[in-house]
Amino acid sequence: MDNTVSNAFAWLILGILAIFAAAAAADSGFSFHMAIMAAVALGVAFLTMSRGDWSERTTPTVPVGRYYDEVIRWGVIATVFWGVVGFLVGVVIASQLAFPDLNLSEHTNFGRLRPLHTSAVIFAFGGNALIATSFYVVQRTCRAPLAFPALSRFVFWGYQLFIVLAATGYVLGITQSKEYAEPEWYIDLWLTIVWVAYLVVFVGTVIRRAEPHIYVANWFYLAFILTIAMLHIVNNLAVPVSLLGAKSYSAFAGVQDALTQWWYGHNAVGFFLTAGFLAMMYYFVPKQAERPIYSYRLSIIHFWSLIFLYIWAGPHHLHYTALPDWAQTLGMVFSVMLWMPSWGGMINGLMTLNGAWDKIRTDPIIRMMVFALAFYGMATFEGPLMSIKSVNSLSHYTEWTVGHVHSGALGWNGMITFGAIYYMVPRLWGRSRLYSLRMINWHFWLATLGIVLYASSMWVAGITQGLMWREYGEDGYLVYAFAEVVAAMKPYYVIRIAGGLLYLAGALVMVWNVWMTIAGRLRDEAPLSTAFYDPEKDRPLVPAGPRSAVAA
Amino acid sequence: MADGKRIDEATGTSTVGHEWDGIEELDTPMPRWWLYTLYATIVFAIAYCVAYPAWPLVDRATHGVLNWTSRSAHAEEMRTEGARRAPTIAALARIPIERLPEDSKLLDTAVAGGASAFKVHCVQCHGSGAQGFKGYPNLNDDDWLWGGDLKAIEQTLRNGIRQPGNEETRTSMMPAFGRDQILTPAQIEEVVSHVLTLSGREKPSAASRRGAAQFATNCAACHGAGGEGNRTLGAPKLTDAIWLYGGDRESIRQTIHNSRNGVMPAWGSRLDPVTIKMLSAYVHSLGGGEDFVPPAPKPSTAAPSAEAAATAARTKNGKP
Repeated sequence: MDNTVSNAFAWLILGILAIFAAAAAADSGFSFHMAIMAAVALGVAFLTMSRGDWSERTTPTVPVGRYYDEVIRWGVIATVFWGVVGFLVGVVIASQLAFPDLNLSEHTNFGRLRPLHTSAVIFAFGGNALIATSFYVVQRTCRAPLAFPALSRFVFWGYQLFIVLAATGYVLGITQSKEYAEPEWYIDLWLTIVWVAYLVVFVGTVIRRAEPHIYVANWFYLAFILTIAMLHIVNNLAVPVSLLGAKSYSAFAGVQDALTQWWYGHNAVGFFLTAGFLAMMYYFVPKQAERPIYSYRLSIIHFWSLIFLYIWAGPHHLHYTALPDWAQTLGMVFSVMLWMPSWGGMINGLMTLNGAWDKIRTDPIIRMMVFALAFYGMATFEGPLMSIKSVNSLSHYTEWTVGHVHSGALGWNGMITFGAIYYMVPRLWGRSRLYSLRMINWHFWLATLGIVLYASSMWVAGITQGLMWREYGEDGYLVYAFAEVVAAMKPYYVIRIAGGLLYLAGALVMVWNVWMTIAGRLRDEAPLSTAFYDPEKDRPLVPAGPRSAVAA
Repeated sequence: MADGKRIDEATGTSTVGHEWDGIEELDTPMPRWWLYTLYATIVFAIAYCVAYPAWPLVDRATHGVLNWTSRSAHAEEMRTEGARRAPTIAALARIPIERLPEDSKLLDTAVAGGASAFKVHCVQCHGSGAQGFKGYPNLNDDDWLWGGDLKAIEQTLRNGIRQPGNEETRTSMMPAFGRDQILTPAQIEEVVSHVLTLSGREKPSAASRRGAAQFATNCAACHGAGGEGNRTLGAPKLTDAIWLYGGDRESIRQTIHNSRNGVMPAWGSRLDPVTIKMLSAYVHSLGGGEDFVPPAPKPSTAAPSAEAAATAARTKNGKP
């Protein structure tokens, strides 16, 4: 009871402070954000008081003998929701590039919607997928319930608040102009608090595990959580102009700032979109294939080599800039060495299907996962290739980079997440199967066609663009003006819109399928095979006793 | 939990013995091709670091045995290209611009170079097709404000238009007849009517006849009695269908009321003489280029009269 009152009181104080900050704010954007903060804090204070248990008995938050899945259910819904938002904004900005008249107002022009798209897909869609699956996987592979259920709820809702603050900030023009790290200082501080709480929940669960060893997926999740914390804090070191204003200045200047930014930016790809999603792969692929992991030794070597090498590869984003030559060299060679460590994950994922290859034909979820791994392999081959300076001099600043990122993001991150969602949803909501397994086929083919259109159009566009920029006539003069190269991109931009629309359509099929599954409906259809599920075995080895209730 | 080892039926490989939520791991050795490719990339990385600048030391980084730097590589590339182009550049620097058409090969080179420079420096105002916009002349036609032969174009480019501080800049100043109350709004309306008859846009009327008298007093000094224009003063021809600021009644009214006096930078202070020559050749080649005619034997008489007209205009304007 005391806990409830002090919790509510803390939220009340936070809400009042936010109201004062909103009133005294130096700019309207900060005022708006503090108003959101105040509304959320007062709302939480009210909920805490009204839902408090005023009897003296302690009720365990987690049902005894089960995993704590409530926060994961929310996480799956948030993943699906933000995914659709992110894909939709992607289609909008792709259309703005092809048809500039669609830049309607200052709030919705390309410059402001572009970070909205990248943050929505990477941090909102990808981030929620990682948080939800990590909570799902860490409980099951540790055979222990989540360590701090109340804190895990704070992680989930606090992360949603971060997303809302970041997204509204972009539209209002609040940005520190660092790619993938656009949110300003106060939003960064909030995310830091949420992220530390995430680390505590995850590590706490690993420490309380009932298994003697830590499963490989958890190594990857832990590497992801720890490294993102480090990257986030260092890259966002900044001095606010006013403690009541949105604007801040980076602690670094010039080329140091650029290098710090790309150390962050590249490892956001490395540890968020690679390590984190490899963790998903290491659980959901063997579960869905019902096969052992291909090679334990490979998983150790490729994990440590990936973690060690990735962190140095950032300078390849700054080839042929003011960055000193030596740093460019190191950025390139570390990227080249990264090729095999990256592929180790692909091999371990694909070869896990040894003895179950027929499932690519019969199981649509496995097909999705195999496709994800194939695109992961393609993107992680392309990455080292593009980091080679002579290739980079052609590819840099072109649509090729955009194509590369999307073959990884749509093909790998998107598809492995869809696979994980399809795996988890019936288990989380206690359904005998998904509403429809055949609709996964529709999703698969819509997404695949979308990716093929997207990636191939951007490859052609990027190489065309790079060649046109560097085209000299025999007399030594540039052949094309910049505007002519822009005009040449138009057909590819239009093809990209088509690809994006197909991918979005696939996601909408998933929304329908997930919605109907949650609603408890089963589509009347010819059966397809999928992994067997025994709810009786889906239990922790240590019962969730009073300990976790107290922790909550 | 090594006691949990078993032989996996499908692959014939032993498991490691651990099991998490039903997931086991096989004890498959790392694929050889994977391992050797990893080694190969490491060997490549070491070799590359030996060859190129790589390892940061206290106050500098290792140079690499090739002694390569991005700056020297760039300088070398520029030097090679410079040497390759040196004879052409020298020839262009040597030849007087009006004699450029005599050397067709050199002319072609100059036009190509000018096209490239045009895309960098000129398209912002004149458009990528040199088609111009309102206030920025179309360079494809044969209607020239300041002259369309190579030498005239070169002078315009080098010294710009209405650039203060540049002695040779193209300059003139049409008075703001309405703003400075030289003409009443009614009179301006009549002048507009007259101007519109010059290009046949309107039929002569009583108003246009009254405007003709105003035109003769106020406009003919620069634009000519019949509105044929004057290139010395950059006074546009008013008898054709080409209008820099629009040829409808409202636009012409605005022009007479406020005057326009557009400007162009003096490129001579920004670009080298050869590039300006090439730009001139390119603009000349667009379609409306005129042949150079050597100046009349008495060049000194034209300039004072032009000066006098400009002075007259300024005095009338009330702003010397």
